[in-house]
Amino acid sequence: MKYQTVIGLEVHLQLNTKTKAFCGCSTDFGKAPNSNVCPVCLGFPGSLPVYNRQALNSAIRLALAFNCQIQEHTKFDRKNYFYPDLPKNYQISQFDLPLSRNGYLDIYVQGSPKRIGITRVHLEEDAGKLIHEAEVSLVDFNRTGIPLLEIVSEPDLNSPQEAFDYLTSLKSIIEYLDVSDCDMEKGSLRCDANISLRLFGAKELGVKTELKNMNSFKGVKDALTFEVERQTQLLELNQALVQDTRLWDDQKGVTVAMRTKEGAKDYRYFPDPDLTVFIIEQSTVAQIKTLLPELPQVKLQRFIKDYGLTEYDAKILVSSKNNAEFSESCIQDYPGQDKKEMVNWLIGPLLSEANTRKVELYELNSIKNELINLIGFVKNQEISNLSAKNVLSRLIDTGKSARELIQGGGLQQISNIDALNQVIEAVIQENVKSVNDFKAGKSNALMYLVGQVMKKSSGKANPKVVGELIKERLA
Amino acid sequence: MELNQLTAHELLEKLKSQESSSQAILKSLYTRMQKIEPQVKAYARSQAVESPALNFKATGDLRGLPITIKDNICTEGLPTECCSKILEGFRPPYDATVINKLKENGGAIFPLKANMDEFAFGSSTENSYFGPTHNPWNLNCVPGGSSGGSAAAVASDEAIWALGSDTGGSIRQPASFCGVVGLKPTYGRVSRFGLIAFASSLDQIGPLTKDVQDAAILTGLISGYDPRDSTSVNLPVPDYTQSLTGDIQKLKIGIPKEYFIDGMDPEVKTIIQEAVNKLKNLGAVINPVSLPHTEYAVPVYYIIATAEASSNLARFDGVQYGFRAKADTLIQMYKLTRAQGFGQEAKRRIILGTFALSHGYYDAYYLRALKVRTLIKQDFDKVFSNFDCIVAPTSPTSAFKIGERAQDPLKMYLSDIYTISVNLAGIPAISIPCGFTKAGLPVGLQIMAKAFNEEILFRVAHTFEQNTDWHKLKPKL
Amino acid sequence: MSIDKETIKHVAHLARIELQPNELDKLSGELHEILGFIDKLSNLNVDQVKPASHILPISNVLRDDQPHLSLSLNKALENAPSKKGNFFSVPKIIE
Repeated sequence: MKYQTVIGLEVHLQLNTKTKAFCGCSTDFGKAPNSNVCPVCLGFPGSLPVYNRQALNSAIRLALAFNCQIQEHTKFDRKNYFYPDLPKNYQISQFDLPLSRNGYLDIYVQGSPKRIGITRVHLEEDAGKLIHEAEVSLVDFNRTGIPLLEIVSEPDLNSPQEAFDYLTSLKSIIEYLDVSDCDMEKGSLRCDANISLRLFGAKELGVKTELKNMNSFKGVKDALTFEVERQTQLLELNQALVQDTRLWDDQKGVTVAMRTKEGAKDYRYFPDPDLTVFIIEQSTVAQIKTLLPELPQVKLQRFIKDYGLTEYDAKILVSSKNNAEFSESCIQDYPGQDKKEMVNWLIGPLLSEANTRKVELYELNSIKNELINLIGFVKNQEISNLSAKNVLSRLIDTGKSARELIQGGGLQQISNIDALNQVIEAVIQENVKSVNDFKAGKSNALMYLVGQVMKKSSGKANPKVVGELIKERLA
Repeated sequence: MELNQLTAHELLEKLKSQESSSQAILKSLYTRMQKIEPQVKAYARSQAVESPALNFKATGDLRGLPITIKDNICTEGLPTECCSKILEGFRPPYDATVINKLKENGGAIFPLKANMDEFAFGSSTENSYFGPTHNPWNLNCVPGGSSGGSAAAVASDEAIWALGSDTGGSIRQPASFCGVVGLKPTYGRVSRFGLIAFASSLDQIGPLTKDVQDAAILTGLISGYDPRDSTSVNLPVPDYTQSLTGDIQKLKIGIPKEYFIDGMDPEVKTIIQEAVNKLKNLGAVINPVSLPHTEYAVPVYYIIATAEASSNLARFDGVQYGFRAKADTLIQMYKLTRAQGFGQEAKRRIILGTFALSHGYYDAYYLRALKVRTLIKQDFDKVFSNFDCIVAPTSPTSAFKIGERAQDPLKMYLSDIYTISVNLAGIPAISIPCGFTKAGLPVGLQIMAKAFNEEILFRVAHTFEQNTDWHKLKPKL
Repeated sequence: MSIDKETIKHVAHLARIELQPNELDKLSGELHEILGFIDKLSNLNVDQVKPASHILPISNVLRDDQPHLSLSLNKALENAPSKKGNFFSVPKIIE
């Protein structure tokens, strides 16, 4: 590969506050047009903004989770431009003293961590929605004024896959902090990308293309993949690239140039005189930091280390904050020395039950104690593994205790040697070929014979004991 | 005397004792308007229908006393157009906080709004879409601006008292030209929620009244913290009527030497000097002081105010309210609406303000102006560390003729020279009548104090007023 | 500091105001004079001075994340020069 891909992502995130950034209108999605509005978010003459305390708190938490430095003196600036979805014809945003800067996020590229710089996380307000018809455009201001965070990455991403991974990492942290719905379909997370190509080893960045209109993480990846192709082809043909903005067409799988706009925009930023400065003291930041939950990447590494999990298994448990908390609580409450016994049950049978029932793992948390009991019964051989899986299912359905279900269903494992020998004799008689195979040294044959005994005993035979007995018998 | 000729505090007594009623006062105002409004034109859109009575909260202390409101303060359901074509027909769906406060106290909002320079851009009320207001003392002269309608109405008894707004002198200068009392409170003292913004870091709403006592009452009514205004200060509001002690013994008053310069009308200079002597005779200790950055105030103001205005007025685009020009495309709609909807002065200021903020000029103009603003504020801080208040002229001249300065924007801007620094420093100031020129035009005396010290202003102003008769004179209309 | 007509045209575009040729001429002269007057600010040395972007010594003014009563649809659209159903309507946007 001759060319290095350089990608930077700009994410706009709607915060999940109850009310808007600068007024008390609801942020509920999907309401009738122009029903969540007031003089402030409509920009009526004489209206004034007052910033949402919860939004500021969420923003600081997220900035800290991205390892950013919080600006001690921060302020809002007006970004001036005309558009019908912007009622004041300026957006309240931040320019030279953004809330936070110089953070990072780690992604994993082929198992190794790669640090992606986060240039800044700053505060702004959302605009309204436009519906374009033939002769007119219609404006709905419900969305105007919803608090946004703009998260800008350094151009440290070098492939569409890395961009995808960055977005999934970002999303998982956001979910852990519960500061946004993060739903690209509802528009609570939007992403624009900047991409350029340069020869490997070159110091200067290539000509930048801005990509917009991607509606999913996959869309971002596909759009970037397309662009790499497109730009590579042009560069190979020695054709000059023009700095422009392109829209991703998901249906056709291509990017299309927007009609080129006149020159660079002059937003005439200046400090918004209607809002005060914000002084965010070190002590406040420190306090907020202590209240942050353990973040997903840290939790993942800790699960791997403390519980001896593989990355694959750990990722499943850590997938959401709730799942992680539930899993950890199960693991910690499990009395056995070897925590892996519990982990196997979580990522095996319990996850399977959750998937069948189309719920999250943590939603099964009510059976935690009985699960622990059940595992105990399997360990001391009162019930076979196979039976236990059935019991688990019934545990979830009935809410009864494990002991009740085992005794009630007569599911106790048969370990009685005489009883087992009877079944074993029957199986040996019926499976002459397998017996001969076993004697000939094929160890699979043993498993087969054990399986037949399990089948004949409706899964209640103690497989370990059966195995030993068969070996003795056929010795 | 007719009811409309009385002060608010006199009428409040009559209302309390039931000697008079809200309706009766209203009637006397309409009668007065019928006689002189065609000449004075203090009100915008005054062809509007008279209403026989006004709604007001029965349990409020104001008992339905009518108050006249400037056309840039939002009054729910009543046209609020900033005397501009671009806000034609706009009826706000909400009341400004000051209006809420007045209504809570039983005030009755006069149904006609006071005339003003469009968007408060002006010092003469000649920039109104509805034509100029005429000074009741001399109908050929301007009443001052931008709250010229409010000042003229109070001066000519077409209003009992009024609210105006002051960004660079727009309450004080018309008060001075019309011989009434006008106060600009400390920035942050009165909520700006519902005041259609000109320059957000400079604007304040304030009273225009017939005497200082009325100003003290009205200031108390409209002041106070408003959680809907981030720039509103959470400090308790004193009872300003307690400041009307009539005593200024040993008060230290500074007279800024930079305010007595060329271009100042010699008659005005003499009248002011006599007023200062009066204060001395009443026991104040007078000394000269220096406000060294005075000469930079007007340029600083015209950068900051126009820059903020250019952004505040961007919302007037025909999309949601007001005038919309016929156009086939959005951009044409924007450009034609704003070209046809704004007057000349508005366009001038918007262009100047946009320029000051534009790429490549921001540092040299806007940022520099903000820095000089700091220096201007520091000048006042230094003086107030040694003096109780500052006394100065309100305007270098008395009211000029209608049309005299309209074609010379710069000359017009320079008439704000004594009032502008006050807004830049965020401090309060009051103008009170202190004499007349030989031509019979009023001259105003300005008193300035440090932030949130309106009490000193009322004290000095009231003492001066009670020892003179200027406030008792009325124009011969 | 002078301001040429091209700059004024550009600024007028930023401000979305259509200026007539005679307006442009007049404005050019007026702004030239005003800017000349404003230029006296460049005489001052302000290197060590902090800009007064906010004149009040207050900070951190915030509001709680509590809902208030929004406007009824009627009130929101009452002043609209043009509407269609529940929407504000504007002429077509050509990029």
